[in-house]
Amino acid sequence: MRIALFVTCLADGLFPQVGQATVRLLERLGHEVTFPQAQTCCGQMHTNTGYLREALPLVRRYVAVFEDYEVVVVPSGSCTGSVRHQHAMVARRFGDEALARRAEAVAARTYELSELLVDVLGVEDVGAYYPHRVTYHPTCHSLRLLRVGDRPLRLLRQVAGIDLVELPDAEVCCGFGGTFAVKNAAVSTAMLADKMRSVLATGAEVCTAGDSSCLMHIGGGLSRLNAGTATVHLAEILASTQDSR
Amino acid sequence: MSTFLGMPYAPRGVGHLRGEEPFPVAARAALADTQLRRNLGKATRTIRAKRAAVVAELPDWEELRAAGEAIKQHTLAHLDAYLEQLESQVTAHGGTVHWARDANEANRIVTGLVRDTGAAEAVKVKSIVTDEIGLNEALAAAGITAHETDLAELIVQLGHDRPSHILVPAIHRNRAEIREIFLREMPGVDPGLTDTPAALTEAARLHLRRRFLSARVGISGANFAIAETGTLCVVESEGNGRMCLTLPDTLITVMGIEKVIPSWRDLEVFLQLLPRSSTGERMNPYTSMWTGVTPGDGPQRFHLVLLDNGRTAALADPAGRPALHCIRCSACLNVCPVYERTGGHAYGSVYPGPIGAVLSPQLTGVEDNASLPYASTLCGACYDVCPVRIDIPSILVHLRARHVEEAAQARRVPSAEAVAMAAASWVMASPARYAAAQRAGRAGRGLRRGGRIVRLPPPLSAWTAARDAPAPPARTFREWWRQEHGDPDARG
Repeated sequence: MRIALFVTCLADGLFPQVGQATVRLLERLGHEVTFPQAQTCCGQMHTNTGYLREALPLVRRYVAVFEDYEVVVVPSGSCTGSVRHQHAMVARRFGDEALARRAEAVAARTYELSELLVDVLGVEDVGAYYPHRVTYHPTCHSLRLLRVGDRPLRLLRQVAGIDLVELPDAEVCCGFGGTFAVKNAAVSTAMLADKMRSVLATGAEVCTAGDSSCLMHIGGGLSRLNAGTATVHLAEILASTQDSR
Repeated sequence: MSTFLGMPYAPRGVGHLRGEEPFPVAARAALADTQLRRNLGKATRTIRAKRAAVVAELPDWEELRAAGEAIKQHTLAHLDAYLEQLESQVTAHGGTVHWARDANEANRIVTGLVRDTGAAEAVKVKSIVTDEIGLNEALAAAGITAHETDLAELIVQLGHDRPSHILVPAIHRNRAEIREIFLREMPGVDPGLTDTPAALTEAARLHLRRRFLSARVGISGANFAIAETGTLCVVESEGNGRMCLTLPDTLITVMGIEKVIPSWRDLEVFLQLLPRSSTGERMNPYTSMWTGVTPGDGPQRFHLVLLDNGRTAALADPAGRPALHCIRCSACLNVCPVYERTGGHAYGSVYPGPIGAVLSPQLTGVEDNASLPYASTLCGACYDVCPVRIDIPSILVHLRARHVEEAAQARRVPSAEAVAMAAASWVMASPARYAAAQRAGRAGRGLRRGGRIVRLPPPLSAWTAARDAPAPPARTFREWWRQEHGDPDARG
C-alpha cells in the first residue's frame, strides 16, 4: 500500500527519529511511504488556543497536500484528532463549507499509527524486538477522541523481548494540554508529578506513548529529575529489530 | 462567524460567578495547600469509583445519555413555550410565578416575598442557583437570616466559607476541620464533640431540628420542573430538603430557566441519570415533588422565581448552548484532573470544574471569566462521564475562540500571544518559510546541556521551570528525508 506520512511539526522539528521509525516500520512491512514535502502543521495548537482564524490556512494546506492520497498515517493521536474532529469545524466557522467537506473526506482517510497498523493493514505482530522494561501511557486524545482502545497495547504485546508493565492510573492526563503547560504551568506540573510517580512506580526503563507532545512533557519532567526512565515513541519501539540494535 | 444577539449577561457586583483572581493565580495557592490536596484526592477518588460501579450496571447507559441529551436539546429549542406552559400550570394549581431577568431582580423578588410574611428567618434547601445570585447576602442586607440546612452547606455557612463543589460544597474540608468549625460556630454544641461522622451529623441534626420546627419560610432551588403539570422536583440525600419543602407556610423556589422539562416521561430518564452520575447511587434517598399548593397540607403559599441571569445569552450561542443541558450532577468535577488538584475555589464561581469553565463565562460574558476556558488540558474525561453528553472540550475551544476574537476587537495593539500565533501561522502556511524557521530554531542547540535544554526565555520559561526541553536535532525529519530520498516528492 502507498501511504502518505504526515509527520507532524513537532516530530519534524524536534523528534525526527519518530518519523524515521514510522518510515522504517512501514517499509519493513512491505509498504511504500511517501512524504509530501509541502506539509507543515495541522493547526492544533492554534485551534486549541482559540486562534481559529490563524488555524484556517493550516487546515487548507493539510487538505490540499493530502487529499490526493488514499491513506495518510500520523504518528500522533492528538494531531489525528485535530484533523478528524476540528478541521471541518474550523472551515465552517469561516463559512467555507466546500473546504469543510474536503476536510472531512481527507480526515476519513487519516489514521493514527496504531489504527493504521491494526485496522487498515491488519497486523499486530510487526516483527519488532525491544528487550526493555516498558510501560505504556495512553494519551488523552488517542484514548478519548480517537478511541484507539488497546490497539497500541496489542502491538506492544507482540514485540519480542519486551517486558511490558501496566501503568497505574494510566488514563489520567499527564498535564501537557498544549499551551496549558505554559498558561497553567503550576497545575500542569502538579499533574505531571502524579504521572511521573506512576511511571516510576512501574520500575520501567522506558515510558512509551503514541504522541511526541505528551512524551516531551513526561520526558522533560523525568529528565529534569534525572530519574533514569526515558520516553520513547511507540513507533520507535515497533521499528526496532534484532538487526537495528 | 457566529453572531450574538446581545442578550444581557449576569450583572457584575452581585452573586458569585466571578473570581477575584484569574484561575492560574488562584490555582497556585490551592496547589500549595497539602490538606486540601489530600481531602480532594481522597473524596474524588472514592466518588469516581462509586459512579463507575453503578453506571456499569446499566446495559442501556449510552442510550439513556442520548435520551437525556435529546430531551434537553428539544426543550431548549422550545424553551419559551415550555416556560409559559409551566407558568400557567403552576398558576392553575395555586402558585405564583415571577420572572427575574437577573440576580438583582431575583434577590429583590425573594426579599420582598419573605418580608411580606413578616418572618426574619428562612430555612434553605441546598441550592446552587441561590449561591449564584448571592441571595443569602441580599436577605441579610434586608435583616433576614437564611439558614442553610444541607450538611455541607451548613459547614460552609458556619465556616464563613464558599462552596467548592456542586454536589459536595464542603468537599475541601475533612472531618477534623468540620469538628473545629462546629465547636467554634454552632450555638450550644456539645464541647465533647468528636469527629466521627455519626457525632458530626447528630450535632448538625440537633442544631437544624430547631430551625425546621420554627421556620415560616422555606427557600429552595429545583432540579427539574415539569411543564405539563407545573410540578417541581428536588432530589437530595439528607431529608433536610423534605423538611424545608413541607414544614414552612411559605415556600419560595428559585430556578434557572433551563431546568424545565416537558413531561413526566422525561423525568424518568433524568432520575436514572442523575443519582448514578452524582452520588454514585442507584436512586437518591429523597425525591420531593410538589404541584402548586394543597389546602391543609404543606406550604399554603408557593412562589416560583424563574431566573435568566445570562442564560438566554448562552442560549443565543449555538456552539455554547449545550452547557445549558447540565443537570448539576458534578461527575465532570470528580473526573477532572485539574479540579482534583485545585478544588473549586480556584474557579472563582459557584460553578467550578469543567462544566463551570463552560457555563460561568457564558453567563458573565467571556471577558469576565477569560481564564476559565483555558483551565483545562482538553483531556476529554468530562465528556465521557457527562450524563447528558455535553461535549465540554469542544465548548472550551469555542469559548477560547470567542475570547481571542473579542480581545482582538477590544484592543488596538494585539497581545504578544496574538502576534506569536499569527507569526506561527504565517510561517507554517508555507513549507519554505517553515523550513527556514526550523533552521533558525537550530540556534537553540546552543542552549543544550547534554542533549537537553534546562532554561528557555519567557514565556517558555514556564515550561523549563519544571521540565527540560528537547534540544533541536542536527537534522529535521524533512532534511533527513531529502537526503535519503533526493528531490522533493513530485506530488508534494
